[in-house]
Amino acid sequence: MNPIISVARKEFKDGLRNRWIVAISLIFSLLAIGLAFFGSAASGTLGFVSLDSTMTSLASLGVFIIPLISLMLCYDAFVGEKEAGTLLLLLTYPLCKTQLLLGKFVGHAAIMASANIVGFGSAALVVSLFGENAEMAVVLPQFARFIAYATMLSWVFISFAFIISVSVEEKSKAAGLSLIIWFLMVLVFDLAILALLVGAQDLIAPYALPYLMWLNPTDLFRLINLMATQTQAYSGVLHVAADANFSTSLLLIIMLCWIGVPLAIANTIFNRQGV
Amino acid sequence: MSKNIVKLSQLHKSFGSVSALNGIDLTLKEGEVLGLFGHNGAGKSTLMKLILGLFSPTAGSIEVLGHDPMSPAAAKARQQIGYLPENVSFYDQLSGKEVLTYFARLKQIEDSRVAQLLEQVGLSDAMNRKVKTYSKGMRQRLGLAQAMLGSPKLLLLDEPTVGLDPIATHEFYRSVDKLKQQGCAVILCSHVLPGVERHISKLMIVSDGKTLAAGTLDELRTHANLPIMVKTSGISTVQFEQLDLVQWITAKEGERIDLSIQHHMQRAVLNKIASLESLSHFEMIHASLEDLYLHYLKQPHHVPVLEQVS
Repeated sequence: MNPIISVARKEFKDGLRNRWIVAISLIFSLLAIGLAFFGSAASGTLGFVSLDSTMTSLASLGVFIIPLISLMLCYDAFVGEKEAGTLLLLLTYPLCKTQLLLGKFVGHAAIMASANIVGFGSAALVVSLFGENAEMAVVLPQFARFIAYATMLSWVFISFAFIISVSVEEKSKAAGLSLIIWFLMVLVFDLAILALLVGAQDLIAPYALPYLMWLNPTDLFRLINLMATQTQAYSGVLHVAADANFSTSLLLIIMLCWIGVPLAIANTIFNRQGV
Repeated sequence: MSKNIVKLSQLHKSFGSVSALNGIDLTLKEGEVLGLFGHNGAGKSTLMKLILGLFSPTAGSIEVLGHDPMSPAAAKARQQIGYLPENVSFYDQLSGKEVLTYFARLKQIEDSRVAQLLEQVGLSDAMNRKVKTYSKGMRQRLGLAQAMLGSPKLLLLDEPTVGLDPIATHEFYRSVDKLKQQGCAVILCSHVLPGVERHISKLMIVSDGKTLAAGTLDELRTHANLPIMVKTSGISTVQFEQLDLVQWITAKEGERIDLSIQHHMQRAVLNKIASLESLSHFEMIHASLEDLYLHYLKQPHHVPVLEQVS
């Protein structure tokens, strides 16, 4: 068996064993069902309102929780084994560091993909069975698309977590850095752009503004999801991209770069390190 | 002529300004067991890690199973290398069997060998228990099983018998002897332990990253020229005086008299004493490995390397 597959299998089994997959699936499922049926409570109505509003709120909440969970799942992928001493032993086996890194990525990526599919997939079934005016033929493809994008977002943050995990020597440091990355990407970035828009309009040419969205995978995720719904309710910082007319496939390609480039960086750092 | 498994020449390794190894030469052939001795921080583990290709040397050359351990080709050759690190650790949440199965798969070895190996190291009963419930000795045995996966051509064992009970230690040495017969070369890194000398074909004593002595046990004994202890019973001091041996007496307790003689006197002393009818007990004790070790450690500066362990 290829060592990449052996490593991936072990990581995935670990995910099953320590109940990560079950726990994440449950969180995703409850989140989606909750938003679908109780998301409109603020406006005074209870029950399923519309698929579009469900997907929109799912995207804007998912953008907080999916990166956080991915980082929590993976921050100790390497530093944990470094601390435990198993990494040293692994590296004396007939596999190179790149294979180990890819194996771990495939394993963790599979964990997040399964959790996304099971979690949001079960929610999709519940919505199409119990939601008013929710045709299964409409609900399922919408959710399938969302699952695909959510999985990609998870993978982006797995790559980020790997960079952190190969770079530091202590688990606690990796955990701290992961939180900082999450905070910067999910909260600070948008605020900074808004500040830029308001306070320093002259510094950036108007045509360049939409491209700022490319710099943050969480904004890309929201943008891609928004384009998939009919409402096109651009909110907050996404307004800057409203007129840009990016195609979904272009945005997906950029998203893929956000997975591949950090992973390559993690691999370079890992390979340069001594033991 | 048997093949070289490991060949090191003028190996240097420094970490920053700290020099860990300082010109080590070593040749290890098929079926040879090398005892690598030295105090903590002497450079034993660094030497092993260099042979494993975990980092590259600062200067000098390494050849392991025909490859430079840092070259891409060596990754494949690692299939034939077994390593037991000092203070081995495993995935605590996995059972012993799962751990070994994982490592077996990484070495492309069928899962069926796993149960066999666990049996061999005496972990069959505990194989489905999580490793975190294992005692130190059980972990060590799992580590040994892991190192012996496949049919290693080279085995690097760092403090292999730490935490093992006498029976497990005995079993371990039996496994080493068996592998040796199959042509496996072994480097046994250890503090000097009683009993280890029977299982090694040659030894190397290192200190501060330098080889203090290297060769077979007999070669080093001859070279060090340490006194031999002779224990006798039934011979009186008067008789020793007549034999002109009285000056070598070191201890006297009733009937028993101990002598300490030089290496070259062995035969003469034996001949003289053996002719005495009153002799009821006679024992010649050669310098132990520990004596040799202490001897070489005490005078590191003017003792040359006997030969380049070959």
